[in-house]
Amino acid sequence: MDPSNSGTALYRAMVRIRAFENAAEAASQGGVSAYGQQAAGAAKVRGPLHLSTGQEAVPAGVCAHLRTSDYLTSTHRGHGHTLAKGADLARMMCELFGKATGFNGGKGGSMHIADFSVGMLGANGVVAAGLPIAVGAAHAQKLLGKNGDITVCFFGDGAINRGPFLEALNWARVYGLPVLFVCEDNRWSATTASGPMTAGEGASARAASMDIAATQVDGNDVFAVHETAARLVAEVRGGAGPRLLHALTYRVKGHVSVDLAAYRDPAELAAALETDPIARARGHLLDMGVAAATLDAIENAARDEVDTALAVADAAPWPEPGAAFTDVQTTGAGQWL
Amino acid sequence: MAVTTTLSYSEAAVLAIQREMEADARVVVLGEDVGRGGIFGQYKGLQQAFGAERVIDTPISEAAIMGAGVGMALAGLRPVVEMRVVDFALCGMDELVNQAAKNRFMFGGQGRVPLVARMPGGIWDASAAQHSQSLEAWFAHLPGVVVVSPSTPQDNYGLLRAALACGDPVVYIEHKTLWGLRGEVDEDIAVPLGKARRMREGNALTLVSWSRQMQACAAACDALAAEGIAVDLIDLRTLWPWDRETVLASCARTGRLLVAHEAVQAAGFGAEIAASAAEATGCRVARLGAPRIPVGYAPVLEAQSRVGAEAIAAAARKLLG
Repeated sequence: MDPSNSGTALYRAMVRIRAFENAAEAASQGGVSAYGQQAAGAAKVRGPLHLSTGQEAVPAGVCAHLRTSDYLTSTHRGHGHTLAKGADLARMMCELFGKATGFNGGKGGSMHIADFSVGMLGANGVVAAGLPIAVGAAHAQKLLGKNGDITVCFFGDGAINRGPFLEALNWARVYGLPVLFVCEDNRWSATTASGPMTAGEGASARAASMDIAATQVDGNDVFAVHETAARLVAEVRGGAGPRLLHALTYRVKGHVSVDLAAYRDPAELAAALETDPIARARGHLLDMGVAAATLDAIENAARDEVDTALAVADAAPWPEPGAAFTDVQTTGAGQWL
Repeated sequence: MAVTTTLSYSEAAVLAIQREMEADARVVVLGEDVGRGGIFGQYKGLQQAFGAERVIDTPISEAAIMGAGVGMALAGLRPVVEMRVVDFALCGMDELVNQAAKNRFMFGGQGRVPLVARMPGGIWDASAAQHSQSLEAWFAHLPGVVVVSPSTPQDNYGLLRAALACGDPVVYIEHKTLWGLRGEVDEDIAVPLGKARRMREGNALTLVSWSRQMQACAAACDALAAEGIAVDLIDLRTLWPWDRETVLASCARTGRLLVAHEAVQAAGFGAEIAASAAEATGCRVARLGAPRIPVGYAPVLEAQSRVGAEAIAAAARKLLG
C-alpha cells in the first residue's frame, strides 16, 4: 500500500461517506418519520434513512478496484456503495431531499439511490432482492461478451436467510458468472441480532457449500478489505467464476435513523466503536508517515463538499407533479384507467 | 408475401420467439425445461436452433429466473422468462412486483426492464388448486406492467412478438389448455397490444372476455343467436392496457355489458370493465366469474369453478330481461 496515494484515497472514500451520512441524518431530524416519531420542524430528508455508519471500509475497499463498466447492486443501506462506485455526491443529496435534480428525479429517495451512469444499478428496499438481479447482470455481461467486466453484489447478513440468496449463489456457480458477492456482516437484521437467527456459520459457509470460494476479512480494516478484494476481483475478472467476500463489520446506528437501537447492549456498541474503520485507518496512515495535516485536509474537503451539496439540494426545484405519471411504462402508461 | 400456415397455439408461440431471436441477438429465453422445448412444447426446437447460451435451461429457482431476467434486461438483453404456470410465478413475485414493475419509475427512468414473463394460467383439467389459477387481475392492478392473454394461435403469434418489441415488462398469460388449439397463422399480421377484437357483431348486448373463456362465450352466443339475440362479442386480448375505446363504443350502442371470465368473480378484472362501462356510458352491467373457491380436483368439484356457456347465456338473458 502506497500511503501517500492509495491509502489516502481509501481514507478519502470513507470520510466522504461518513460526512454524507452524518449530514443526511441531521437533515432527517424533525417532521414525522416513517416510523411514527414526531418532532418539531420539518425534515428535509424524509422516510426511512438507513445509515452505514461504521461500515465504510467495505465499499471503499471493494469499489477501489472497480471500473465504471462494472455493475454494482446494493441494499437498502446503499449510500456508501453508491458514492464509492463514483456517483456524484451533490446529486445524491438532491435525491435524498426528493428534488428533481436527484439521480432518480425525486422518485426514489435514499432507499432507491442509484446512478446507472456509473454502473450502480440501485439500492433496494427488499432484503436479498439485489442478488438475483446481480446474477442476471453478470449473465448478460457474459452473453454479451463483455469479458473482464464484473458485477459486484453487496448484501447484508440478514439476506443470507432468504431464498433468493441461495438461488442466486447457485445460479452464479452453475453458469460460472463474473460476480463478486460481498456480505456486509453488520450483525443486525433490522432490530434483531442476526446470530441467533442464522443456523450454521453464516455467509462464508453457505457459499462454500455451493463450491464458491469465500474469504472472511476484518471489514473494519479498509486496508485488509482492499487487499483481499484486489485478489477476488482479479480472479472474477479473469473468468474464475463467482467469489464471495465475507466482511465482518458493525452497524453503529439503528436500523433507520430514528431508531436509537435501545434494544442493543451498550457494551457491544462501545466495543465496536473501538474498531471504528476511519479512526483505525487514520492511525495506520499516521504510523506510515502520512502527515496529520493531509488527513485533516481530506476531512475538511469532505465536509465542504457535503455543505455545498446540502445548499445545492436545498435550492434545487421539486419535481413537477406531472412527473409522477412519467416513466411508469410506455404501453398503457401513466393514466387512471 | 404472406405466409399462412396452420399451427397450434404452442407452435405459434415458438414461431414468434424464433422470429424475434432471428431479428435480435439480444433476445434470450430462460427457464426450467426450455431446452427440451418447454413442458408444453412452447419452446420446441429453439435451443437446437439458437444454442444453450440463448435458450437457457435453469434450476428450479423462480425468484432467480425472474430476478436474473430483470438484471439481464437492465444490462441490455431482452429476456423471455418462463414460469411454467402462473401458480409457480408466485415464487418470483418480489422480482416481478417490486423489481421489474417498479425499476423504471423508482430509479427515475435510468433503467428499462424489457422482459416478457410467460406464466400459463387457467384451469388445467384435474390439476387442482395449485395448477389451475387465473390471476390476471392481480397483474392488471400493478402499475408498470403490460398484461396479455391471447385466445387463438394467430393472436399468440402476434401478441408475443408485440410483447417482445414493446420494451416494458409484460406478464404474458397463455391458457394451459389452449396449447393444442390449431388455427391459421399469418406471419404478416401484426397484433398490437391494447387492441381488442370483435368476434361477433350484434346490438342486443356487449359480451367481453379473453383467453380460453372466449370459447364458452362463442358457444353462448350461438345459443343466444338461435333465440334471435345478436351479441357483440369482444376478445379483450390485452388486459393492460385494455381497449376502452372498442368496449365502451359497443356498450354505448348496445346499452348492456356482460363480462365473463374464468377467474374468481370477486375483485376480478370484470369488475373493472363493468364499472368503467357504467361510469362512461350508463349502460347496464353484469359480470360472471367463478365462485371464490380454490379449484377442486374431482370433476364434480372442478366443475364448480367453471363458467360454462349455459351460465353465460343465462346471465345474458337476465341482463336483457
